Amino acid sequence: MGIEQKLGNMGVVTTTLEQAVNWSRFRAMWPMLFGLACCAIEMMAAQASSYDLSRFGMELMRASPRQSDLMIVAGRVSRKMAPVLRRLYDQMPEPKWVIAMGDCASCGGVFNNYAILQGVDEVVPVDVYVAGCPPRPEALIHGIVTLHEKVRGEKVKQWAKA
Amino acid sequence: MNKKLQPIVQALQKDLDAQVDEFRDEVHVSVAPEHILVACQMLRDKFDFELLSTLTAVDYWPEENPRFHVIYQLTSVSRGLSLMLRVPLAGMMPVLPTMTVVYQNANWRERELWDMFGIRFTGHPDLRRILMPSDWEGYPLRKDYPLGYEEPQFTFNFEEIDLRKPYAKG
Repeated sequence: MGIEQKLGNMGVVTTTLEQAVNWSRFRAMWPMLFGLACCAIEMMAAQASSYDLSRFGMELMRASPRQSDLMIVAGRVSRKMAPVLRRLYDQMPEPKWVIAMGDCASCGGVFNNYAILQGVDEVVPVDVYVAGCPPRPEALIHGIVTLHEKVRGEKVKQWAKA
Repeated sequence: MNKKLQPIVQALQKDLDAQVDEFRDEVHVSVAPEHILVACQMLRDKFDFELLSTLTAVDYWPEENPRFHVIYQLTSVSRGLSLMLRVPLAGMMPVLPTMTVVYQNANWRERELWDMFGIRFTGHPDLRRILMPSDWEGYPLRKDYPLGYEEPQFTFNFEEIDLRKPYAKG
């Protein structure tokens, strides 16, 4: 049932560069290990055995921005934290993606005040917004799968966005 | 009032001209700003109030005289007593002598009061902001500080507000 049945006797398979690169990108998208508030608890639950993000090639939460492809902003971002968050984003190698997890990261949530950023898209470009306060692990996984669909459909000319 | 507290409060009244106020067995002693250091020194050395449990403030804006109350909550572990000292402060930019010379732990508390209320403590060893970023303007816990929230978007003004939003570019 695997690819070996299609190989024939040649040991060669043909595909497009686009498909091969996109496949490698979305099948092993390592998120960065950091959480800012209660949403991080749901993110941990999504990582743990019953939801098991490693099904999507995300078993490793990298503790270093240099090794991660995906930033999951899990929680509210205070104005004091915002420069730190932007710095972490800048330290991630291209290509990189951002998920704003939960209402606070998406739009400020219940914290409509002076101390909290009204949406993390003020400091980093966001690919997927996940609603919920906090979103359940299923919702986060849905966001991740949505991002996977986006990355899977990228064209060669979009790669050179940086 | 607790019987053990009575001589202490009387001493404060006699020596420092303090006003005493009682609410549900909690004793509040109002002390003038120039007397607060002496009062705490006396409470610590003579009456065994070893611990400054908390140091906080209230903003009674739009009242201006006094606008702020600085509150010292003192505890005596050995005698099982607690006492609240209130210092009413007039004016928009009030100044108080630092309490760090009597209670070391007043250091961060006073920095917080400076950060949040703009109450300056003279003689403080390191009076910087503690919670807000160092380049922050204004004192957020003052009543006249704007909340600074974002306008809620509805269907009729969604686009208009959306255009003013600072979206980050990749």
